[in-house]
Amino acid sequence: MKTKVTLNVNGQERTAEVEPRTLLVELLRDQLGMTGTHVGCDTTQCGCCVIHVDDKAVKSCTMLAVQAQGKKVVTIEGLAAADGTLHPMQEAFRDHHGLQCGFCTPGMVMMGVDIARRLPGADEKTVREQLEGNICRCTGYQGIVEAILSVVNPGAVKEHHHA
Amino acid sequence: MGQFGIGQPLRRKEDPRLLRGEGRYTDDVNVDGQLWAAFYRSPHPHADILSIDPAPARAAPGVAAVFTIADLDADGVPDMPCEVELSDLSGRPMWKPMRPILARGRVRFVGECVAIVLAATQAQAREAAELLKVEYAPLPAVADSESALAADAPVLWEALGSNVPVHWQNQDSAPVDAAMAAAAHRVRVRIVNNRLVPSPMEPKAALAAWDAQAAKLTLWAPTQGGRRIQANIAKRYLRLEQDQLRVISQDVGGGFGMRGQTYPEFVAVAWAAKQIGGAVKWRADRTETFFSDYHGRDQVNEAEMGLDSDGRMVALKIVTLVNLGAYMAENGPRMPIEGGGRIIPCCYHAPQFHFSVKPVFTNTVSTDTYRGAGRPEANFLMERLMDEAARATGLPREEVRRRNYITQFPYRTPMGYVIDSGEFARGMDDALRMAEWSTFEERRTEARARGRLRGIGVAAFIEAAGGRAPTEDMRVRVDAEGAVTVFSGSHAHGQGHDTVFSQLVNEFLGVDPDRVRLVQGDTDVTPRGSIGTFGSRSSMMGGGGLKASCEKIVAKATLVAAHLMQAEPAAVRFETGVFRAGASETTFSEVAAAAWDARRIPEGMTPGLDESCLFQREAENFPNGCHVCEVEIDPDTGTPEIVRYVAIDDCGVVLNPLIVHGQVYGGVAQGLGQAMVENALYDADGQLVSATYMDYGMPRAHHMAHVEAGFNTTPCRTNPLGVKGAGEAGACGAPPAFIGALVDALRDHGVTHIDMPATPEKIWRAINRANAPA
Ligand code: FES
Ligand code: FES
Repeated sequence: MKTKVTLNVNGQERTAEVEPRTLLVELLRDQLGMTGTHVGCDTTQCGCCVIHVDDKAVKSCTMLAVQAQGKKVVTIEGLAAADGTLHPMQEAFRDHHGLQCGFCTPGMVMMGVDIARRLPGADEKTVREQLEGNICRCTGYQGIVEAILSVVNPGAVKEHHHA
Repeated sequence: MGQFGIGQPLRRKEDPRLLRGEGRYTDDVNVDGQLWAAFYRSPHPHADILSIDPAPARAAPGVAAVFTIADLDADGVPDMPCEVELSDLSGRPMWKPMRPILARGRVRFVGECVAIVLAATQAQAREAAELLKVEYAPLPAVADSESALAADAPVLWEALGSNVPVHWQNQDSAPVDAAMAAAAHRVRVRIVNNRLVPSPMEPKAALAAWDAQAAKLTLWAPTQGGRRIQANIAKRYLRLEQDQLRVISQDVGGGFGMRGQTYPEFVAVAWAAKQIGGAVKWRADRTETFFSDYHGRDQVNEAEMGLDSDGRMVALKIVTLVNLGAYMAENGPRMPIEGGGRIIPCCYHAPQFHFSVKPVFTNTVSTDTYRGAGRPEANFLMERLMDEAARATGLPREEVRRRNYITQFPYRTPMGYVIDSGEFARGMDDALRMAEWSTFEERRTEARARGRLRGIGVAAFIEAAGGRAPTEDMRVRVDAEGAVTVFSGSHAHGQGHDTVFSQLVNEFLGVDPDRVRLVQGDTDVTPRGSIGTFGSRSSMMGGGGLKASCEKIVAKATLVAAHLMQAEPAAVRFETGVFRAGASETTFSEVAAAAWDARRIPEGMTPGLDESCLFQREAENFPNGCHVCEVEIDPDTGTPEIVRYVAIDDCGVVLNPLIVHGQVYGGVAQGLGQAMVENALYDADGQLVSATYMDYGMPRAHHMAHVEAGFNTTPCRTNPLGVKGAGEAGACGAPPAFIGALVDALRDHGVTHIDMPATPEKIWRAINRANAPA
């Protein structure tokens, strides 16, 4: 039995037939072909799948596609400008070497944008705590924390030792 | 050094694509008409398979095929071997089992593949796999290596008769025992080096598509360089010519040593695709990766160190058990012996050394390489011994290290490896200074006033990088417009080769990094002699091959330039992208254009500017460093907080500090993960208790502290770039630095060691056991 869902993804109206059990991330990846959002676990732990639903960070592996009916969804593909110019949070990740393999990155960036929206001026401890639901195996989080801080609270970015 | 060349913190070229969500990982690829695969896996740690009835699964909706070992055997698909050769002191070789791709007659660990189910959708394949009917006769199981040694322990391999396939020793222990007996001080440690799950964030996946027209199979899979897997799967398992299999690993979500191997799932998916003459896709869920990715570490070490009255080591004895799992993975027993043995006794001179290793079979998934592969275990052991030596001799922890550091290079280790360079004392001094070691006691006192226990730990370590495979194949092609393509045998899955190789091309050819393109991870185009990336080898092996290829390019281009300028080749100089001879000059681009034009090159020369090099290394390199960790413990909860972390690393010549520091930070996080939270736990019956991220502690952002990092650069003397690997250093330094700090914080509670992971519960118990009335 399939159900029709209509949602707005990155500014475009999209309609798809889904099973009741289809996860939002499956709809995005498998049916809409938007593979920027990743799946890293089965237990809502890793955050590789974070997107924005109605301007809130959501783990798209933990929401059914049918629950997105009529909602506004923004994925990593919708963050940069149409000409490819990076969003300031994406740019900050690049400046601070906030990614290595890139697999956790879409979720991290979407989470970073969400933190910036909710907690301007946040300190390092707060940013680290806010990333509780996002796992990165490569970077040791240092570049990620610096990147997010550089957007929400530039004065709190610790000095680098590139000597 | 130019603006973009060696040593510059160039931002990564690969980032914009990955940041926009345009990465192309295996699961992002789909082929029209593909079937989905799911594996039926053993729920038992040890059992005889009495019967398999695939009929109910075959009848399920959408199912196209169900294959078991009977189908593979009918097609003559061989079992998987272990590549390691070892023997005991009498010369008797190690006993080695083979691993069937799908279980044959018996299962030996939870999660072992028994059948592969193909269906139209992933959900259908998984549901059908659950319908498979397998009858088992359960057998007693054993999961930890010490229990597996017991006389009445279940034996995994009857043909072997015990669970120990070899007792390897470097030499007879008599001379070491004599020196030990005569030592003024003797210290002992017993260390359980916890089992870890490598856990790159991209789960294992594979997509195989058979093209009957071309008689060729394409396999997309996350690997650390596809050539070895290509050769293995094509020739051994599918009986194809090597080039009838194309392996593509475009973007790979982390490796950490666990992606170099040919996993049975890859073989099964590739074979199934060929068998049905179509395409088959499989993606593991996270729990499957916990069950089936090869695990790391899992050693038990008992060690004794003898010192003279000045605190200088006179003898060292290490007895190691390494848990192999049920089968022997490609590199399994290599970990302590070649992995750790390449550096033992680490930064220190040990005049007498005895090393004994018993690999042990248990009912668990195999262990193999994971970030550091034996070296983190070795360094942890030596650093715990050094802290104990400080206690026994009354010397400060830094002083006992200083007295035992290797200072003369080249230095031949007791195992016969030659360390070319290092400045261990200087690195430690830098780290101690940066960490304000000398004023630590003030901070301890201040913390005590707040009711917190504060401690500091220091750890020196050494690594071995670029080892094992002594060659790497790199190719550089300059097109007629002067743009450069690097065809790389090594493979980046986070290490930033696109950026670093562009910097090297810029350094050697003067070409703008934006005009350099990296081609990797596709066996149709990567060089034939490609090996891949593991053991932090790409800077030396890939970089060395790239440098040599660029030198060949310059040599040929010089002849073309001389021809163009009508000069003697010997009179031509090449500098920052320009060829000069006397007053005439011509740019690299002009020469590149001419080089492809048969009318504009010297007679007898083949047109083109396309060179490659099968780089042969002279020796491994030995990255090293010193890390200092400072912790505070809340005695009411046992929760540790890292308040400061200093990392001084000798990675030789630094090609890009942004990227090298990134490697250090990542390694430190994995090291702290091991020390603080990670533990792959099998219960006594062989069930994997920690099979999700809810049960397996992953280091998160709040566990970590800002790492203050610096370099103690000592250029490597045995490779052309002077580089040393950077990938595994952090994983070596962090566990002993952290545990050393904890023990220091708890010293007044009589604590001398805490096994990893030092969870708040363990720390709380250590405090309260000490406080309990006797
Ligand atoms: S995929 Fe891991 S939290 Fe969603
Ligand atoms: S960059 Fe690889 S998991 Fe975060």
